[in-house]
Amino acid sequence: MKYIDEFRDKVLVDQLLEKISSVTSKEIALMEVCGGHTWAIQKFGIPFLLPENIKLLSGPGCPVCVTSKKFIDQAVAYSRLKDVIITTYGDLIRVPGSTSSLNVEKSRGADVRIVYSVLDALQIAKENPSKRVVFLGIGFETTAPSSAAGIHNALKEKLTNFFVFSSHKIMPPAMAALIDEGVTINGYIAPGHVSVITGSHIYEGIPSKYGVGCVISGFEPVDILQSIYMLCKQIQENDYRVEIQYKRVVKPEGNVKAQEMMAEVFTLRDDWWRGLGTLKDSGLAIKEKYSNFDAEKMIPVEVEETKEEKGCICGEILKGLKKPNDCRLFAKVCTTSNPVGACMVSHEGACNAYFRFNK
Amino acid sequence: MCLSIPSKIISINGDKALVSVGGTEYEASLQLLDDVKVDDYVLIHTGFAIQKISEEEANETLRLFNELEDIEKKIDREVEGK
Repeated sequence: MKYIDEFRDKVLVDQLLEKISSVTSKEIALMEVCGGHTWAIQKFGIPFLLPENIKLLSGPGCPVCVTSKKFIDQAVAYSRLKDVIITTYGDLIRVPGSTSSLNVEKSRGADVRIVYSVLDALQIAKENPSKRVVFLGIGFETTAPSSAAGIHNALKEKLTNFFVFSSHKIMPPAMAALIDEGVTINGYIAPGHVSVITGSHIYEGIPSKYGVGCVISGFEPVDILQSIYMLCKQIQENDYRVEIQYKRVVKPEGNVKAQEMMAEVFTLRDDWWRGLGTLKDSGLAIKEKYSNFDAEKMIPVEVEETKEEKGCICGEILKGLKKPNDCRLFAKVCTTSNPVGACMVSHEGACNAYFRFNK
Repeated sequence: MCLSIPSKIISINGDKALVSVGGTEYEASLQLLDDVKVDDYVLIHTGFAIQKISEEEANETLRLFNELEDIEKKIDREVEGK
């Protein structure tokens, strides 16, 4: 397929591996902070191709994984209301809450529907005027503009039964927080599709403040290896900066139209991340102007007390401090068909990717 | 979640486009992206086109890499020849 096959070329991969081996012999830890990268790195077996001095860590790049249990519990509470239809991306439905999940509620009769796009949720709202349709808004800067467009369209079409429950987050505060916490990271493989929207400038603070380079990477083996090579080169030359490897879609200024849509509807707020706790200005709340579409404001609901899972080390895995197979639940109690923690549920979770490709 | 697929635009109708990914056709919104035309390749994410794929930049990424390799090999050969 165009734009995929040529970036999986074996000859290029071999050449890149040779270059990576020759550029530096320093011990290097590189972190990716995008679930798409987690998945691709495990799928293509990239850790096994690299020289031993280069270690890859998975960071908090899977939106489902970093979402709080409280969010799931509140979504479960919404789903128990008789006149509510929950619309959600597929991953979220199986994430365990404190005592239930959306999947369990669905089996008990709740109206929970998996959608591919917020546009599908709008259509469901139009077709069900007597119901309140709640769309679960999760994801980083890649996904937030589409939720914003959904709200914008709902206003335009004068829908009164469409609501977004936002857990949208932005990436840079988490990238800074990991280094502040003392996690050893020598370079960031920066998220490609987040950067399609935001552009490259959002990472500028990382090299300037911490001396850690960021290379915005594509998702094919050649992309990932080229980004690793660029980061190794920065480390060898002691010259840390933001570079774009994924130039075919990432522009320095990003997608301005999508940024404007996001800024029109959302405003920054402090938000809680699994593993990292509450990070200042790291989440997206719906602006007052659009509060008629804000589930949190328009649909009061009683939420059960949050109970965290015992033994699950998702939080440490999301910080790159532990690998999935360090967890005593991994592949025993916790599997893809019976996940205990969020990192095993999502295709983009480190545990899920390890379970599939690297068990 | 942030997965996006390269898709080719087959036709455009207002702010919607019919796109093809590996032969499968579906509808995508153009609400978040300006200046696209039929036959352009775009990235689609959760039903929205979010960026045009630059063929020039894609070729450049592959070409620059090959060129660099050629130059390095040439230098190596020259060094060995001395």
